[in-house]
Amino acid sequence: MDSNSLKRTRTRYRRERRFKFYCATALVLAGIFLVIFFADIISKGYPAFWQAKIKVEVSYTQDVKDLPFLAVGKDVSNLISRAWFRKLPRKLNEHPQLIGSTHTEWVLADGAVDQYLKEKPNGLNKEQKNLVDNLRSQDRTKLAFNTYFFTQGDSKLPESSGIFSAAVGTVYVMIVTMAFSLPTGVLTAIYLEEFAKDNWLTRAIEVNINNLAAIPSILYGLLGLAIFINYVGIPRSSALAGGLTLGLMSLPVIIISSRAALRAVPDSIREAAFGVGASRWQVVSHHVLPMSIPGILTGSIIALAQAMGETAPLLLVGMMAFIPEAPSGFTDAATVMPAQIYTWSAAALRPYAERTAAAILVLLAVLILLNLTAVLLRKRYERKW
Amino acid sequence: MTLEYILLLFFAGLIPLAYAAFFLGRRKAETDLERGYRLNSPPSFYGWYVIVWMFLPAIAVSAVFAVLHMAGILSVPIPVVLVGFLALFAAGGGLALRHVRASLRARKIVEDVIRWLLFIATCISIFTTVGIVLSVVFEAVKFFNMVSLWEFLTGTTWSPGSAFLEGAGRGGEQASKAEFGSVPIFAGTFMITFIAMCVALPVGLFSAIFMAEYAGRNLRGVAKPALEVLAGIPTVVYGFFAAITVSPLVVRIAKSIGLEAAYTNALSPGIVMGIMIIPFISSLSDDVISSIPQSLREGSYALGTTRSETVKQVVLPAAFPGIVSAFLLAVSRALGETMIVVMAAGLRPNLTWNPLEGMTTVTVRIVDALTGDLAFDSAETLSAFALGLTLLVVTLMLNIVSSIIIRRFKQQYEM
Repeated sequence: MDSNSLKRTRTRYRRERRFKFYCATALVLAGIFLVIFFADIISKGYPAFWQAKIKVEVSYTQDVKDLPFLAVGKDVSNLISRAWFRKLPRKLNEHPQLIGSTHTEWVLADGAVDQYLKEKPNGLNKEQKNLVDNLRSQDRTKLAFNTYFFTQGDSKLPESSGIFSAAVGTVYVMIVTMAFSLPTGVLTAIYLEEFAKDNWLTRAIEVNINNLAAIPSILYGLLGLAIFINYVGIPRSSALAGGLTLGLMSLPVIIISSRAALRAVPDSIREAAFGVGASRWQVVSHHVLPMSIPGILTGSIIALAQAMGETAPLLLVGMMAFIPEAPSGFTDAATVMPAQIYTWSAAALRPYAERTAAAILVLLAVLILLNLTAVLLRKRYERKW
Repeated sequence: MTLEYILLLFFAGLIPLAYAAFFLGRRKAETDLERGYRLNSPPSFYGWYVIVWMFLPAIAVSAVFAVLHMAGILSVPIPVVLVGFLALFAAGGGLALRHVRASLRARKIVEDVIRWLLFIATCISIFTTVGIVLSVVFEAVKFFNMVSLWEFLTGTTWSPGSAFLEGAGRGGEQASKAEFGSVPIFAGTFMITFIAMCVALPVGLFSAIFMAEYAGRNLRGVAKPALEVLAGIPTVVYGFFAAITVSPLVVRIAKSIGLEAAYTNALSPGIVMGIMIIPFISSLSDDVISSIPQSLREGSYALGTTRSETVKQVVLPAAFPGIVSAFLLAVSRALGETMIVVMAAGLRPNLTWNPLEGMTTVTVRIVDALTGDLAFDSAETLSAFALGLTLLVVTLMLNIVSSIIIRRFKQQYEM
């Protein structure tokens, strides 16, 4: 080998290594992003699971019913959440025996105090900061587990706002979505796979379904607004309107995955059933469908997870309303987790930012759980024919 | 609430009735069987036959009344409808029960009904498409009655200013004329899409090449699901990340090199959208690259090429159509993406080449116009549907072109 070709070989090998390096870098970049993303959201959201409380003397007098601020000492009253004061009159009405007594209680601190204790920017003035420092040195402040976050609806006061009504709203919306799209999707898949003849109509339907899967989700919102709300008259912001909109959106996903599951059942099964005199529906309902249920279920769970994270179409049907109380029916105004995340992220008050991140963590945990279930289902029931 | 409750009770009450009818129908067929007749179908189909005749006429007639009611032609009070429903329900069931005899082709009839049910379910997907197209086109036509199509497509100022006042019922008191020139909006959309593709295409494509050509089974088993996690993150979460983390970072970096950047700059939603699209491109390209026949690679290796030379000169050219189709699909995804831009991009239409300035997109304008308190037929609200129509047409075209390319590609390689 002469020195020239040796040199050329070296250059080629160097190029090879460089190319492989580029490819690996791309993958590593995606991985790094994933790590940064999760680290960022977790570090932002974790503090919201802890909420500042202050230990104060609460004296329940008759006047507290009208002027709740009188229940605590004047010095600390502006460090305590107004949400707590608001609940006092009702508490006294429910437990009249409290009147006249004094208790030492841990009460919910104002959002600004919470942020100060977490060493974040806050709106406290110097005097208040000193007061909080003072309380802290006496062990009269603590960061306790934030039960409000899970048991309360949205609120104009960050310290008493939570995801409860959004979570209930999500459940309602998902019930409507699945009640609509699961049967419709599976029936469509059965028709296309098992019954339809291969003619222009069937092909048109197939093309149509594939196109539907690629239509931007916001256009489904326009459909929901124009048809469900303005034409049919379903109440705006209701779980019914949102659920149907999302149902139409997840229909193609369910159809496509159900068809794949039905197609995976080998023809020998069908032929054996036909051979003993079964009709087409008997073949499908007795043999093909039961065998493809794990596949259909996997696809539906993935569709459910997708619908659960969807926001854009729901904004258009009005599901970003301020909902402090959990909805109690399908036609009540409701909001969903992603919409709550969106409203909080746009809120001007700083403490909402950490609640947004915490809500994101809850949502991501649910979605990851759903996807894991789907993966496990597929692994468990995967069948090689 | 009470009406819902009554309806619920009513339909819940039908279930035991239908159940009883099913047993009666089956019983009658079975007695025929015991008498020595030869049944045409398995006995339970006779039960289903009765159920079909109970529900079909009743539901069909109620549906007609519902349509008449919605069209405003005829309105029947709900109790009358319910009584009528019940009467038809009972009559259908009774007649069908009398019809049950051994020679009845119950299975055939029930199967035909099932086939129709399946077909109706299938039609819902067509209705969805028709619904989307109609709802967008109708309102868009109203908009184009107010603003000419030419002005909409070529105008360079978007200032719904006075339309807002008209929407609020104060049309007379404004000064400036509303202008709906959508060029700056399209420009913003394409700018952000372009930035997203600049991030997603190289990273996605190179990742796909690495996974298909270099990675071993184990690495592939970890990397593929990890990328799919990216695809499973809700867009509202990406939006939050773009607005709270990436945007301030971009502003800081720009400042440190002496540039002025707005917090609503186009760069940060673009980058984050690109990250969102990475798994989309990588998994589609991975499929395409893996479907290139191994014989092509082996032929190339036999000539003494290195892996990268094979990839660059044999595999990629062969996979090119598939990659183009993946790219087009990804572009359509990026154009229609909403939450990231709503949360991180600007609201103000801005015609500029500088990605550090605030820009707006089609989807942002749609959301902004339809979540406000404007009257539904104000020009600004309707403009959302016109923008939606453009978005629909563009994404549909991209999808169709992409699916044609991929079909040709598959015909070539999947023998």
